[in-house]
Amino acid sequence: MSKIPLILKREYLTRVKKKSFIIMTILGPLFFAAMVIIPGWVASMSDSDEKTVAVIDHSGLYIDKINDTEIIKFEYIDPASEDNLRNDFAGSGYYAFLIISDNLLVNSNAIHLYSDVGITIDVRDQIINSLRGYLRSEKLGSYEMDGLDQIIDDINKVNINLTTIKLGDDGSENESSTEMAMIVSLVFALLTYMFVFIYGAQVMQGVMEEKTNRIIEVIVSSVKPFELMMGKILGIALVALTQVALWIVLTGIILSGVKMAFSSESDLASRMTGIEMATGNADATEAIAEQSNSFNYDKVMSNMESMNPVGTLILFLLYFLGGYMLYASLYAAIGAAVDNNTDTQQFMLPVTIPIILALYVAMAAFRNPHSDMVFWFSMIPFTSPIVMMARVPFDVPLWEIVLSLALLVAGFIFTTWFAGRVYRVGILIYGKKVTYKELWKWFRYSGK
Amino acid sequence: MPFLQANNIVKKFADHLALNNVSVEVPENSIFGLLGPNGAGKTTLIRIINQITGPDEGEILLNGKKLSPQHIEQIGYLPEERGLYKKMKVGEQALYLAQLKGMSRHDALKKLKYWFEKFEIQPWWDKKVEELSKGMQQKVQFIVTILHSPSLLIFDEPFSGFDPINANLLKDEILNLRAEGATVIFSTHNMSSVEELCDHITLINNGKSILSGEVPEVRRRFSENLAQIEFSGDSDKVSAALEGSYQIISNKPVGNYQTLLVKMPPETDINQLLRLLIDQCHIHSCQEVLPSMNDVFINVVNQNKTIS
Repeated sequence: MSKIPLILKREYLTRVKKKSFIIMTILGPLFFAAMVIIPGWVASMSDSDEKTVAVIDHSGLYIDKINDTEIIKFEYIDPASEDNLRNDFAGSGYYAFLIISDNLLVNSNAIHLYSDVGITIDVRDQIINSLRGYLRSEKLGSYEMDGLDQIIDDINKVNINLTTIKLGDDGSENESSTEMAMIVSLVFALLTYMFVFIYGAQVMQGVMEEKTNRIIEVIVSSVKPFELMMGKILGIALVALTQVALWIVLTGIILSGVKMAFSSESDLASRMTGIEMATGNADATEAIAEQSNSFNYDKVMSNMESMNPVGTLILFLLYFLGGYMLYASLYAAIGAAVDNNTDTQQFMLPVTIPIILALYVAMAAFRNPHSDMVFWFSMIPFTSPIVMMARVPFDVPLWEIVLSLALLVAGFIFTTWFAGRVYRVGILIYGKKVTYKELWKWFRYSGK
Repeated sequence: MPFLQANNIVKKFADHLALNNVSVEVPENSIFGLLGPNGAGKTTLIRIINQITGPDEGEILLNGKKLSPQHIEQIGYLPEERGLYKKMKVGEQALYLAQLKGMSRHDALKKLKYWFEKFEIQPWWDKKVEELSKGMQQKVQFIVTILHSPSLLIFDEPFSGFDPINANLLKDEILNLRAEGATVIFSTHNMSSVEELCDHITLINNGKSILSGEVPEVRRRFSENLAQIEFSGDSDKVSAALEGSYQIISNKPVGNYQTLLVKMPPETDINQLLRLLIDQCHIHSCQEVLPSMNDVFINVVNQNKTIS
């Protein structure tokens, strides 16, 4: 009878009962919010890919009214070419195209942005801010100076609801949310990154504890070293999953809390909308707040639905487990090879580098989720869990996901096999200065 | 048929030969001493018996059957390098280790209760291991080793870290286990405990078995034909009588008597010695002096060194 369940149970229970686990579970979502905001903000400042957006203005009112930035250019093209653009968008070389179909002061919904990829927040903000500024001054100019309060009040009612629409291959249109895609992508890439790191390190610490405590010899006289290693890896995986589950539940509670705040307290709502719309206008009037109030929460929810939350979550679990298994066994082998913490450094580096590299590539993936580099990194098992999770919200073809998952499974079977052999020898060897050559010897020796 | 039989075990590590054709026979229901200097290969042999590692050549038979994973539950092993999870509670940990040996939770709990009471350590049940002293931890480890009533027990330096009182407690338990039918393999550098406990020994040096047999027989084998006599009377007359082939090693007063240590010439026995002395002094006691296991150990290992 396999003793893995028994070992798993101990590994799991001793960890979830720890104070640090409980604190982390409660503080995690808060800490995590900071982690989401800061890299996202940094990423938004460092986009260097030049994008050209075609503008088709049927109203003829807004020619050259949207300002170019260093990297976002707007090109005004003949409204007659709209059909060409729609049919052969990929061949046009544009990043996106903007269609203004009516006077925006009359109909603020008469503006749409189309692209075959998710649209970044910079492009969206640039359009909104330019147009809003222009419209405001337009409106201001049309008033006499008396009754200014009322005028400003009136001006502040001007609002633009830019709907970004994802163009399917067949020309079908899907409402998409750029921020949501980015946030989802970032959240999952970071979650995977953190969990692989934190829980991988826990596996290593656990193995080292057994080795330095010398309890290992008692245990391996009862169970096979491989069973012990797998029990530990799986037990800690369950701890991680418990944490994720609790975080999801907590986030759910926070979300419903936010929803209640939205319906009851417009002050908070307007502040939140203010941030979301990035207007930078501190004294945004209640008019906007009211207008945004009603739609914002539902819209977030509907956007979330368009992200396919269940599918994304399942993929996250698969990639997280795969990535964790891949690295955890390597961490276990390191823990088995060394006698104390300081010796881990030399072996940690080669394991850590691909994880960190993956995070950097994931950052690039928010901007350009379908570039060659990002594609390859989302295939290599050592980086795919993080990079692919960053890509998933930007509609990755199914075959790429299947292939990358298959490679990941092959990857972790390989590392587990490799690590198991090093582990078996390593845990019983003390007081030896371990080198890579030594590890290789152990690996070969175990094969006999 | 021996209970445990190791036949021609060979174990190579990357750069040295840990066991070179070692054979060991452990009779059933006895205490067997596995001796040898540091690095001789004892721990390797013990690990092979515990199936922690496998031999490169040779085989181990337990009760006549080739050693296999289902034997793990019949073996209790107290390694020399032993530890416990520091952050885990004593009782919880003992339960876990017992279950790893295949006991049900219920049985383990019942037996642990018995042993904790016997060793008077019930108050430790809910303490964390790190709160216990080293000796206390060893007690817990000893209990865990014998809890599943194994038929073969392997103790590697069981007394290290114990005070004399607890060491005695342990000795009594080991003798009890034999009385109840267990076979014990006992590895130590403490030769006086070997004399006290072991029925048989095997001495390993440099990966080879260089001496084995029953303890009294082994000691006799290395006998230097020494005799110790307690007498009172004239020491000079005694010395004169032994002049010639007998060699007086020491002659010192102990209390009211003299204690004389004599090396007898080969082929002579204590009767002949007594015949020479009987008219010269009052003899109060007389005994053959066998070398201690300590002497045998040093002697054999040194000899082995000069040969190789």
